[in-house]
Amino acid sequence: MTIDQTPVPVAAEHAGGRMSTWRLLLSNPISVVSGAVLVLIVAASVLAPWIAPYGVNEIDVAGALAPPSGAHWFGTDELGRDVFSRVLVAGSTSLSIAAVAVLFALVVGVSLGAVAGYRGGWVDAALMRVVDVMFAFPVLLLALAIVAIFQPGQLTTMIAIGVVYTPIFARVARASALSVRTSPFVQVSQTMGTPAAWILFRHVLPNIAGPVVVQTSLSLAFAILSEAALSFLGLGIQPPAPSWGGMLFTAQGFLTQAWWMSVFPGAAIFVTALAFNLVGDGLRDILDPRQRTLIEARRTR
Amino acid sequence: MTLLTVRDLRVAVGPREIVHGVDVAVEREQTLGIVGESGSGKTLTALAATGLLDVPGARVSGSSLLGPGARDEGAATLDLATASASQLRRVHGSRVGFVFQDPSTSLNPYLTIGRQITESLETHRRLGRHAARLRAIELLEAVGLPNPDERVDAYPHQFSGGQRQRAMIAIALSCDPDLLIADEPTTALDVTTQAQILSLVRDLQRERGTAVVWISHDLGVIGQVADDVLVLRDGRAVEQGPIGALYAAPAHAYTRELLAARPRIVAGAGPQPRPDGPPLLEVGGLDVRFTIGTPTGRRTVHAVDDVSFTVRRGTTLALVGESGSGKSTIANALTGLVPPHRGSATLGGSDLLRARRRDRRRIAMVFQDPFASLDPRRSVGDAIAEPLRVHRLGGTGAAARERRVAELLELVDLPAAFAERFPHELSGGQRQRVSIARALALEPELIILDEATASLDVSVQARVLGLLRRLQDEQHLTYLFIAHDLAIVQQMSHDVVVLQNGRVVEAAPAAELFAAPRDPYTVRLLEAVPPEQPRAAR
Amino acid sequence: MRIQPARIARFLGVRLLSSAIVLFGVLVVVFALIQLVPGDPVRLALGTRYTPEAYEALRAASGLDRPLWEQFLGYLGSAVTGDLGVSFRNGQPVTTTLLERLPATVSLAVVGLLIALVIAIPAGIWSALREGRASDLIVRLTSQFGVSIPDFWLGMLLISLFSVTLGWLPASGYVPLTDDPVRWLRQVTLPALTVGLVAGAIMTRYIRAAVIDVASSGYVRTAVSKGLPPRVVTGRHIVRGALVPVLTIAGIQLATILGGVVVVEVVFAWPGLGRLVYEAVAARDYPLIQGAVLLVAVMFIVVNLVVDALYAVADPRIRVS
Repeated sequence: MTIDQTPVPVAAEHAGGRMSTWRLLLSNPISVVSGAVLVLIVAASVLAPWIAPYGVNEIDVAGALAPPSGAHWFGTDELGRDVFSRVLVAGSTSLSIAAVAVLFALVVGVSLGAVAGYRGGWVDAALMRVVDVMFAFPVLLLALAIVAIFQPGQLTTMIAIGVVYTPIFARVARASALSVRTSPFVQVSQTMGTPAAWILFRHVLPNIAGPVVVQTSLSLAFAILSEAALSFLGLGIQPPAPSWGGMLFTAQGFLTQAWWMSVFPGAAIFVTALAFNLVGDGLRDILDPRQRTLIEARRTR
Repeated sequence: MTLLTVRDLRVAVGPREIVHGVDVAVEREQTLGIVGESGSGKTLTALAATGLLDVPGARVSGSSLLGPGARDEGAATLDLATASASQLRRVHGSRVGFVFQDPSTSLNPYLTIGRQITESLETHRRLGRHAARLRAIELLEAVGLPNPDERVDAYPHQFSGGQRQRAMIAIALSCDPDLLIADEPTTALDVTTQAQILSLVRDLQRERGTAVVWISHDLGVIGQVADDVLVLRDGRAVEQGPIGALYAAPAHAYTRELLAARPRIVAGAGPQPRPDGPPLLEVGGLDVRFTIGTPTGRRTVHAVDDVSFTVRRGTTLALVGESGSGKSTIANALTGLVPPHRGSATLGGSDLLRARRRDRRRIAMVFQDPFASLDPRRSVGDAIAEPLRVHRLGGTGAAARERRVAELLELVDLPAAFAERFPHELSGGQRQRVSIARALALEPELIILDEATASLDVSVQARVLGLLRRLQDEQHLTYLFIAHDLAIVQQMSHDVVVLQNGRVVEAAPAAELFAAPRDPYTVRLLEAVPPEQPRAAR
Repeated sequence: MRIQPARIARFLGVRLLSSAIVLFGVLVVVFALIQLVPGDPVRLALGTRYTPEAYEALRAASGLDRPLWEQFLGYLGSAVTGDLGVSFRNGQPVTTTLLERLPATVSLAVVGLLIALVIAIPAGIWSALREGRASDLIVRLTSQFGVSIPDFWLGMLLISLFSVTLGWLPASGYVPLTDDPVRWLRQVTLPALTVGLVAGAIMTRYIRAAVIDVASSGYVRTAVSKGLPPRVVTGRHIVRGALVPVLTIAGIQLATILGGVVVVEVVFAWPGLGRLVYEAVAARDYPLIQGAVLLVAVMFIVVNLVVDALYAVADPRIRVS
């Protein structure tokens, strides 16, 4: 009786050995830089109340529309308020809205999608019809409609964005769950008599984590953009609380006189969304098995 | 006369060299068989030798000289390993044709078969549309497709698997190449279709004088087609020579091992006959249908039609059939994955089809795909422990379960330390052993093996089958063995049921069936199995 | 090209049924919008113009005094005949207002989509064929920029550059295409560019992914093994194979544009549906909001059906059995 000792990883897919997820992520300079920027932005947002040099509504009419200087890094707006402080605090609000909204969308969407994908049958069909209906409404329009129902404000914005982004999570989770459900290792558990809940939590969910994580990063980027758009229209974060979108709306009137009023808030939105997108892209490259093989092959040169 | 001379061919991907200095020659109008298991580098070698390699990061060194062929005696010799892209484009399709493994993905679904043939002719032979189309019809006829003048305007999805492969051969031979490279062309086909394609290629080769390089892992198939054989292992040439000599008196130990591991139909072979044991599994009139959704509405597939059989305790019953025979569907119905339309199935007297979750313990299943049968995110130990935890077997408490897992691993000849490993760290054969251990953990009354060794290398398959037989003897296990390969069916089974299109065509004790098959379909299946002796030697 | 009409009819029939179900769902959601308002929508809409008479009049006119199911059926019935109620603000029939503003949005969306396609199709194909190389990386990065930029900010930057600084193009204003094509073209350029650049970036990524997928498929390998010139492999095999996914993407993108133009229309003072919705939301003009949302959703469903019909033609697996 011979014992089969060799842990030989067979097949070319393991060429070069399996590299850990972290190492692969860190080996991509773009991911590293965007990740670092993201950390910086989040840190700045969390610390905003303490590190903002001025109050967000500290009016100083005499010093209005001042260009960027040592005293005011981002200049001042039409009421003499420090743009830098307002950008910081607005960022804090935007990020928290985006985080809560996406969290809601993730929890609800993934639960519904995973169950639908796993159970199949009429549950799946019904859920997918509902998702189809929601997809028929463009994101911003639906968000606006929701805002129209309730009072504009931070909570409403969170709800609106959360509801509007739930279908995409449901679809991603469902597609993933569907493909996992039909794989032999799940079928084996089913034939063994493993309870459905066990299979869902211990087999399906860990295996759909990849696409869900990628979608989270991308949805955070879009949530930031959506919130900015709503605030721009005056239907998101309400004054006197500062918002990037709101600041841009005001800046329209001063396009020629005070370029700093439009550039900095806009750049803040842009950089934040970009960082989330790039990190999401980097994660997708790693979590998608085919892409990963490609990257591993290039790495080992 | 030598058509293709390969010297010291090396292929490296990244820092790793995968093919280590292969020398081989392909003679005009002869067939070279390249045989090797997975990871042997046979496909890489053939693609590198013909300049078709396009793996990112791959480097080819050595030489592969394509000499003048019978049609063009004056052509210059070209080194395919170092030729430029435009030189290679003149050779590919024109002097060298290719047939790949999977006919369902190798043909463009958006173009007609005729178009896919004529584009080669237009490119290399400068034929006009009309002339090219006539030639395409000729070619379709030559590869044995009925109604070629209609089929030339049909799309790939309108053909069956075997017909698509014939079409691929027509495409590859359209410009009358000197050399045809066939990479596992029959591996994805049924055994009866495979036999047809084998004889088709032999006939075409004889008529046109094309040299053929046939790559396969299956020694039986190689035996049917090759004049010379090259055996590869881990990117190295292990042995080569004329087929008769190589098969009769292999020089290298590895070749001997491959030949010995090859499943063959041998008169009188098979497991020890069991005295008539009590019936364990009784299936009566099983009928399974399902609806599939196509873009044009729903369609009903009648997968299993009035199937009945009995499995005696302690024996192995084989369900044999080609794709579409319903054999896997029967297994899925017995294990509750698919609801049956009608029929009965009892295990030791109690109803199987309406079994509760608890009773699912009594049947264990082992699937075909070693890579997909284990959750990539759970360790081997977790996988084996799952049935123990769900059904509270193997004692209470984590420590007792750990011991039981170690016991089970040893039972399947794996070291207990493997419990910590993850599936991607194991080879295909090792993963299947883990699946078997997991099945044993259930302490089932019946184990269903659904093509459990079909995806394994020949030598690994032989060992796993040996393990299964040993376990059956020691633990008095009962198996329902689903397979398409009659040779291993003979090795493993006491009784055989032959299925075709969801119906039972013949059922008999194995010894009887192999000695004197009654149904014409069974006869065809048996005849399609490549014989032990290579054709060229007979 | 071979076609089996019966098969195509069956396919389209299935898709029509599916669309009808979605349409029904959309009607339910749109109807529910006004029902979900906490408090009294009529009173909210009247705001400072509240008088008991005005209140009763508006309430009766919008049918909100009837039981729920009756309202829904009434809503369904009138929606089908094109009556979407009257605006809370000015009493105008909603349908009329929507139809007045529709052409402006459609022209903007179409031009925007065209710009997006002109950018995305070449860029997506080109970078996919050079996967992993520097040029691919540049395209990927650039498209990431395009996806991350807020469209209103882009609009403002374009205005700042082309209108204010260079003075080449107007920052606002609208004449219908039929009245004065040249002026229309000048006026639609900046807003369409804003819409098109962002949509183009999004589509580039999807097209690139689709082409990469096709380029690595078995039949492309077969085409290469036949020694076909690269032009033929790319044109006849790769692009043809990516046609179906690209169609899908273009369809979805048009729908997204139709909804996303809200902000762009506000920045450029473009008198389209988007700006209408914005004004309606600010004024809590529920019937108008409902009508606009319904119209956009219906347009989306119709676009999808058109895409499905194109599938039936493009994919032989659907059109012949």
